[in-house]
Amino acid sequence: MQNRLINWFKFSSPATFYPLAGRLAPIFWVVAVTLIAIGLYMSFFVAPVDYKQGDGYRIIFVHVPASWMSMFIYLIMAGWSAIGLTFNTRLSFMMAQALAPTGALFAFISLWTGSFWGKPMWGTWWVWDARITSELILLFLYLGYMALVAAIDDRRRADRAGAILLLVGVVNIPIIYFSVKWWNTLHQGATIRMNGQTSMDETMLLTMLIMALGFWAYSIAAAMVRVQSIILEREAGSTWAQDLIGERA
Amino acid sequence: MKARHKRLALVIAGLAILGVATALVLNALQGNLNYFFSPTEVAEKKAPKEHVFRLGGMVEKGSIQRKEGQLAVRFVVTDFHKEVPVVYEGILPDLFAEGQGVIAQGKLGSDGTFVADEVLAKHDENYMPPEVAEAMSAGEKARLQATTAGN
Repeated sequence: MQNRLINWFKFSSPATFYPLAGRLAPIFWVVAVTLIAIGLYMSFFVAPVDYKQGDGYRIIFVHVPASWMSMFIYLIMAGWSAIGLTFNTRLSFMMAQALAPTGALFAFISLWTGSFWGKPMWGTWWVWDARITSELILLFLYLGYMALVAAIDDRRRADRAGAILLLVGVVNIPIIYFSVKWWNTLHQGATIRMNGQTSMDETMLLTMLIMALGFWAYSIAAAMVRVQSIILEREAGSTWAQDLIGERA
Repeated sequence: MKARHKRLALVIAGLAILGVATALVLNALQGNLNYFFSPTEVAEKKAPKEHVFRLGGMVEKGSIQRKEGQLAVRFVVTDFHKEVPVVYEGILPDLFAEGQGVIAQGKLGSDGTFVADEVLAKHDENYMPPEVAEAMSAGEKARLQATTAGN
């Protein structure tokens, strides 16, 4: 293990990851604020109006990246859970826990902005079609996970129960993504497809990608800050944490 | 086999079983998860009779008829195979137009006319500035003219 370039297992220790998270967080805050500022400016002033929806379509610059992030964060959390269950690494569970509120936030933003867009464009705030319902289930999965982990006092059992819930819920992600393809839905199909064909103006697409990267950086920054406090809370009894608190006091 | 390999195998096996189970459930629910019926399905009598259901398709070009000073509107929903005439009285969404996707909720009358009590516009996945849309429809016209001239 000594001859590897980076010993990844070193960072699975909360004590070594804590300062790394502290160094990463400010970098990603700066990146997030910059990208979201540029993205929002472009959303409102640079991107052209849509031929059919006029200015109302601009909500997609928040809606679509938020929806992507809500699905992606869940996959990352499920990944951390699988790693945690396999290797018994405490930090993996802490990472999953640190990401959960951000994921829930994005799922909520996705539903909320979608509803705002739906009223003028479709003529309704809400419908129970496959896409929208499965995204609502995703929000409930996030909330359920947070509630479950918070409800069990024994840390190890809480981690394991949460991890299993996350892994079970992962089947919902392909359902959300492909729902518009598999069934008739009110929600339109994917504009940006994995096979490259995009039915969107280039400036609009660029704006959306900048916003997505900004949200991405925000998620990392928020998770780093949150994982730091989770580490401190859980490792409060350890020598290194005591030393750290002693230094600060 | 190390303990961690065993646990990894367990996680993967669990996910695989769950995936298959979900696929089977979704497959069984296939018909029920559709948000609307197409005019072809209505013509094949797949849509429920004397029950409220949703009809989805395109508003046929040139089919919208309005009465002066009234909210009542008649139009035809098509999926380019079959058509269903629709009557509706109420406020229509902004995106409602001929050639645009639409989802109407209501009942099928005995004369084959769909009486809607809610009409929603279904948006497509295309986003572009108006100039591009104009250029594209102009290009489409030119192409059509070229093909008819060729005949």
